[in-house]
Amino acid sequence: MRLAFGFRHGVHPPEEKGLTQALPIRRMPFPDDLVLPLRQHAGNPAKLCVKAGDYVERGDTIAEADGFISVPIHASAAGVVSDVGWWPHPDGSMAMAVHIRVDRYAPQVQRPRLVPKWEGLTPDEVVKAVQQAGVVGLGGAAFPTHVKLRPPKGSVVHTLIINGAECEPYLTSDHRTMAEYPARVLFGIRVMMQTLGVKKCVVGIERNKPDAIEAMRKAVPRDLDVTILPLTVKYPQGAEKMLIQAVTGVEVPSGKLPVMVGVVVQNVGSVSAIAEVFETGLPLIERIVTVSGHGLRRPANLIVPVGTKLRDLLAFCDGLTPDAAEVIVGGPMMGLSQANLDAPVIKGTTGVVVLAGRETRGVKTYPCIHCGRCLDACPVFLNPSLLGDLARVGRHEEMAELHLADCMLCGSCAFVCPSNIPLAQLFQASKTALKRVQAGAA
Amino acid sequence: MSPGPIAPSLIVTASPHVKAPDSTPKIMWHVVLSLVPVVVSAAWFFGVSALLVILAASLGALAAERAFGRGGTLADGSAVITGLLLGLTLPAGLPLWMACLGGAFGIGFGKSVWGGLGQNVFNPALVGRAFLQAAFPVAITTWPKVGGGFWSLAGDLFAFPFTHPHPDAITSATPLGLLKFEGKSTAISDLVFGAHGGSLGETLGLVILAGGAYLAIRGYLNWRIPASILLTVALASALLHVVDPQKPDAYFMLFSGGLVLGAVYMATDLVTSPVTNGGRWVFGVGIGLLVVVIRVWGGLPEGVMYAILFMNALVPFINRATQPRVFGTRLGVAQ
Repeated sequence: MRLAFGFRHGVHPPEEKGLTQALPIRRMPFPDDLVLPLRQHAGNPAKLCVKAGDYVERGDTIAEADGFISVPIHASAAGVVSDVGWWPHPDGSMAMAVHIRVDRYAPQVQRPRLVPKWEGLTPDEVVKAVQQAGVVGLGGAAFPTHVKLRPPKGSVVHTLIINGAECEPYLTSDHRTMAEYPARVLFGIRVMMQTLGVKKCVVGIERNKPDAIEAMRKAVPRDLDVTILPLTVKYPQGAEKMLIQAVTGVEVPSGKLPVMVGVVVQNVGSVSAIAEVFETGLPLIERIVTVSGHGLRRPANLIVPVGTKLRDLLAFCDGLTPDAAEVIVGGPMMGLSQANLDAPVIKGTTGVVVLAGRETRGVKTYPCIHCGRCLDACPVFLNPSLLGDLARVGRHEEMAELHLADCMLCGSCAFVCPSNIPLAQLFQASKTALKRVQAGAA
Repeated sequence: MSPGPIAPSLIVTASPHVKAPDSTPKIMWHVVLSLVPVVVSAAWFFGVSALLVILAASLGALAAERAFGRGGTLADGSAVITGLLLGLTLPAGLPLWMACLGGAFGIGFGKSVWGGLGQNVFNPALVGRAFLQAAFPVAITTWPKVGGGFWSLAGDLFAFPFTHPHPDAITSATPLGLLKFEGKSTAISDLVFGAHGGSLGETLGLVILAGGAYLAIRGYLNWRIPASILLTVALASALLHVVDPQKPDAYFMLFSGGLVLGAVYMATDLVTSPVTNGGRWVFGVGIGLLVVVIRVWGGLPEGVMYAILFMNALVPFINRATQPRVFGTRLGVAQ
């Protein structure tokens, strides 16, 4: 069934975007020191190419790409490399990271262009330039953008879809980007369309951002076939497969990539980042972060240097309220809870949300009462109730047969569960266990 | 350089970090709340005896939950629902010890032995009722007359356990019994407004429907189940009535016996009904057909209880057969 501008199932968490959706993007000053993990993107971690004691300028490469599905890391500010070592990563692990003590007296201005001008580049040169600029998907997954600019051989891409859904509660960085920098977003779209050789582009934006829709519509140039498409407000509207279905009516086959149906999806922030690196000549060293939540004193949309510690970022927003309970990197539906505020903002950090105690999930869980709400919530039509029962007793192979692989851990099931069963967590653990089994068998 | 200490007051949990406001106890207690008007109107028709029977059944259920359940399960409200619903399926004059025993049996054998809340296959209230029907077939089909003053005690409420009851109370047959065994029909207005003999919850169709509507609007009850049961019964009996006018018509079938109570409160029990929307239709249609078959051709005047219990047993199969198609796995497309 073709459902215009939306998908079936899904949930409606409280949006909470009012805290920041009207706040213009401001620039955060450089903190005293920065921490740049070598693993900030999907694919191989970058290879270190500086050592403690080196002086780096803003934009200098401090770690190089390791293979095609990898990107380099650049210094977000001029300063001295003070240390290279293990440091808390926002994903909860420890990661090798470069520490930079920011030079207070450096001008922090750009040197001669590090990224070439876009005009006149061949598609291959664009791919190379985007990789060298360290651009990754800024929607959270941090998949290297240049890989998406070069679809696999033999595949035909007919439509570029730009993801402006921003369905996670609280987050408004894409919203503000589209409302304030529509021309930049459209320049990025032009670069992507020409590099991919596609004629058609659709920008999907949830209806709760009328100013962004309006600004983008006004900015569409005459010579580009770009449609601005308002979408239903529903979580997870921004999930790649949901968005493709909402825009084209086509379901991406289970286990396949969007390119199978002739589509490439890119996030608004990433498109804007492509435009920015070609405009300024600087690689990706800063990003727009929504800092919000009822546990935060002064929510804001900020341009933050990559590598800024959460502690410094939250301090810049006047710190936490007394009832702050949980600091989350990303949105409250799929984001990661932070145990250590020394973890840095990385390229994939869409937002930092501080929940107040009353918003957090309770500890008490009840047995599954088979109410079926999770089935009505699951955007990929799984049976989370049954999968949850199987996960608890470790029957992972049966879960795989029931399409556990199609679960994208959006958390809709756990959000609606009246018994407060941590379904997404159970599925994550089962996926990990299955991977281990498969790795052992191989 | 080493990282600083973990912030002392912050919690770390897995995503999602927020949750919809509904909780299992909240759903259960709303069901209890929606049953209050039903209980009140049972008392209106049958007097204080109704309250005593419902209370006895509830106490039996709660005592069993306390005895066999894991700690703290009384607070989730599910045992109260079982007790209230069982009470509503009983006649007003049932000896209280029987009602109490039925409640305890329903929870003990209908729920606790399966593993407690969420694990049972059969509706616990109906398990209790089926037990009573088998153990005390006379007492459970002795229907006191409606009316007779609020404080008048019907039947043998205070009969000592395991003594023979004295059936000297003023009794009346149920509309279904009248039809089946004596060939008499009952006025439709009496059916709708409850002025006839029967179980406590057999007489209050409109109040029960209102309670169900309240739950359905709040999303605590899936409307597909009662809708499909009632529609199936209405259509099947209307069809039979056309073929053979001797058979009862649709109105009679809908408002007689425990159909409305069963369709709205028993069949919709979350634990023992299907989880898929397609399955809910199958489940409801199955119950509706079984009710008509038992009532029209069976040896019993009423069949709602057995229809629901039978379909309860099929729920795992219904769930499996009605799994929705997983996103991106269209038939015929290679995986």
